[in-house]
Amino acid sequence: MIIAPEAVEPPRRPAPVTAPAAPGRPPGLLVVAAGVAAAAAAIPLVYLVVRATGGGFEAMLDVLARPRVLEYAANSLGLAAAVTLSALVLGTGTAVVLSRLRVPFPRAWLLVSSLPLAVPSYLAGYGWLVTLPAINGFVPSWILLTAVTVPYVTLPVAAALRGASGDLEGVARTLGRGPVRAFLVATWPQVRPAAIAGSLLVALYSLSDFGLVAMMRFPTLTWGINQAYAASFDRAQAAVLALLLVVLALLVVVGERSARGQLPRQAARAVAPRTIRRGMLVALLPVVAAAPAVGVAVPLLGLLARLLEAQTLRELDVARLLGAVGATVGVAVGAALLAVLLALPVAALASRYRGRLVSALESVSYLGHALPGIVVGLSLVFFALAVVPVLYQSVVVLVFAYAVLFAPKAISTMRAGLGDVPPRLVAVARTLGDSPLRAWWRVTVPLALPSVGIGALLVAIATMKELPATLLLRPTGVSTLATELWNRTVIVEYGAAAPYAAMLVLLAAVPAVILSGVRTVAKEEL
Amino acid sequence: MRSSRSFSLLALAASAALLAGCAANPGTEPAEPGGEPTADGAFTLYSGRDEELIQPLIDLFEEQSGIEVDVRYGNTAELGALLLEEGEATPARVFLSQDAGALGALSQAGLFATLPDDIADAVPAGFTSTDDSWVGVTGRARVVVYDGDELTADDLPDTVVEYVEPEWAGRLGLPPGNASFQSFVTALRVIEGEQAAEEWVEALAGNDLQIFENNTATLTAVNEGTLDVGLINHYYWFRQAAEVGAENMRAQLKFLAAGDAGSIVNVTGAGILSAAAQDADALEFVRFLVSEEAQAYFVEQTFEYPLLPGVDAPEGLPALDSLVNPALDLSDLDDLSTTQQLLAEYGLI
Repeated sequence: MIIAPEAVEPPRRPAPVTAPAAPGRPPGLLVVAAGVAAAAAAIPLVYLVVRATGGGFEAMLDVLARPRVLEYAANSLGLAAAVTLSALVLGTGTAVVLSRLRVPFPRAWLLVSSLPLAVPSYLAGYGWLVTLPAINGFVPSWILLTAVTVPYVTLPVAAALRGASGDLEGVARTLGRGPVRAFLVATWPQVRPAAIAGSLLVALYSLSDFGLVAMMRFPTLTWGINQAYAASFDRAQAAVLALLLVVLALLVVVGERSARGQLPRQAARAVAPRTIRRGMLVALLPVVAAAPAVGVAVPLLGLLARLLEAQTLRELDVARLLGAVGATVGVAVGAALLAVLLALPVAALASRYRGRLVSALESVSYLGHALPGIVVGLSLVFFALAVVPVLYQSVVVLVFAYAVLFAPKAISTMRAGLGDVPPRLVAVARTLGDSPLRAWWRVTVPLALPSVGIGALLVAIATMKELPATLLLRPTGVSTLATELWNRTVIVEYGAAAPYAAMLVLLAAVPAVILSGVRTVAKEEL
Repeated sequence: MRSSRSFSLLALAASAALLAGCAANPGTEPAEPGGEPTADGAFTLYSGRDEELIQPLIDLFEEQSGIEVDVRYGNTAELGALLLEEGEATPARVFLSQDAGALGALSQAGLFATLPDDIADAVPAGFTSTDDSWVGVTGRARVVVYDGDELTADDLPDTVVEYVEPEWAGRLGLPPGNASFQSFVTALRVIEGEQAAEEWVEALAGNDLQIFENNTATLTAVNEGTLDVGLINHYYWFRQAAEVGAENMRAQLKFLAAGDAGSIVNVTGAGILSAAAQDADALEFVRFLVSEEAQAYFVEQTFEYPLLPGVDAPEGLPALDSLVNPALDLSDLDDLSTTQQLLAEYGLI
């Protein structure tokens, strides 16, 4: 089952792991479209290189030689590794419990386990600090980031499990394997692509997060980048640190590529969930409830407590709140559409083809997701003023920035979805006289549509919560729920902030809830 | 190797397009040197200060002057970086900053126009720029904040150098990346000398210092009882007291001895972007900020020190004069980079 990274493959020959009917060379049009998407994702990189080298090579070395920088990088990497591992284990565990065991109200549980997606990390951190003001450092950062990112693993794995065959696991059990071994041997290979793809999103999220580590006083590279802007107004220094973050992200992306593997999916039939003893069920409850409790319930209770003691309760400006809701929904929908559009060619390419070009395009497309919003925001200020000054500080550039930041969420889910479409069906369409593009449009797209929907929803949720890039790029006078919330918490007006926080979580919960119900490829029907 | 060649071509094409775009940087029309002031009844303001506190003042200005102000709110650091990135192409005409550091950085980058004398001279020297590129608007004193349940003001030393003694190991917290803290360290270098300042920073770093992201987080930690002592700006305390009631504040303030580096006054300020040198609307707004009316607003609403002579400080605060160290000029505090090197050397930033 271990798949060698394609780097060791001789070029031009398609890797043996590729689905059987995959053609050898990707169609030119697809490569061009993916190239455009990768170029968009590369804008922050170009910007960072320009800024980092602006101060001269020596200045770059000076920054890297600071004792603190090594600590930042080690903290970033350690946090990302720890969060990814715990989210992978907890997310897979939750998905297995909810899909394979007979739990009361399984749909409701899946819905609840998707809710942490709706809570911005800074809000989770803030809510916890209300209750436990002394927490700080690595451990709380690790636990809280895990809690808010677990759904990136839980939801795709649960979806994959619904389509995976459980028969093999039963066979393994009858052959004398224990439940864990049987799972690892029979079921894990089938959900691995989904679990690994989700873990990649978790890792990139952890690398790029600033809101939570700032609250928890855990100095990572994003903390260093923000300090470089805030205290020194030193864009060169910030850019060097951000490039270091890009290098870490590249390690993660390459690591994911070699861990991913790819299996032609067997036709499977759904397995009835197994009944287990009540005592066992109670013992498993903490696994399932952990993330929603830590990432949603405690923070929201903390915010509620602050609201009750606040003295800034004032008449709520309903028109203003609704205006922010409208703007938030508007940019989220726009960002979701654009991100899916950019992600589609990259995902299509990565799901079927191997080779250096494909690897390079896909890897570059992921990098924007590892950068903090302030870096991506400034890079688009730079780009928009240089290329399309007319559109500067317009909603177009703002939506484009969201797409650069969050398209990787769509790429990762859509790649898995497109990869699940049986190549045989496409081949049939081709023998019936369809052109490759037409066959792809008629067969692949409809079958992979649910994964496109999942990608779009993930982008929409992330867009609603985004703050730093929004502050930099929004049209003057336009406010989203996140900027309005920032506006009020920055001057400690918890009472005035509460309606915006509540509305933001409620609004982001809508796509999260839909997500928990979306089925991936209609493989049960195959 | 066809695929890698086509990738290189693609990458090349993409970067060429980008670079071509950058080379053709449009910019806006250059400011007319000299010439008569122009006014079109509207301008764009970048405000690094909070909307809740500043917008009422802007509403007042709009009402009185009939000039429309388009405000873009953000935090000072981000807006500073944004203005540097935008350069000449910025739509902003005025920048209102939370700290002098950002104003200094923008002034150094040549982004500000020189202010007319009536504005530049409204605020006494020591609280404004030395080259008239920006004007100070309000002052914030550096203070010690302490846990009032555990300590009394008499338990605390009167000079900042004593706060790095072993007695305070693990009990002192501050935000090393904060601009006000860094200008305090610069003041320490000027007042006590480079060697004493370095010894202080070394002792601070070796004393199990509690590091925070910003002033608010430091204050919150003291107010929650998780930190004994913190170094912050005075007005954060008043802001939080306004939210929860002064009688409910566990954290208390102590002003250090007059003339001590630990009690210097930092200023907020405003500058006019170079493209707006002749923009009468922008000038009128900055003039308004240093008027008696606006200064009184800051005293009452944000508990800051007014910088205009003749306007009284907020009640309960020591007089501004008592905090001023005559040996210290604000221009002495421009040397931020040496301070940052010092802090970086001891792993604080």
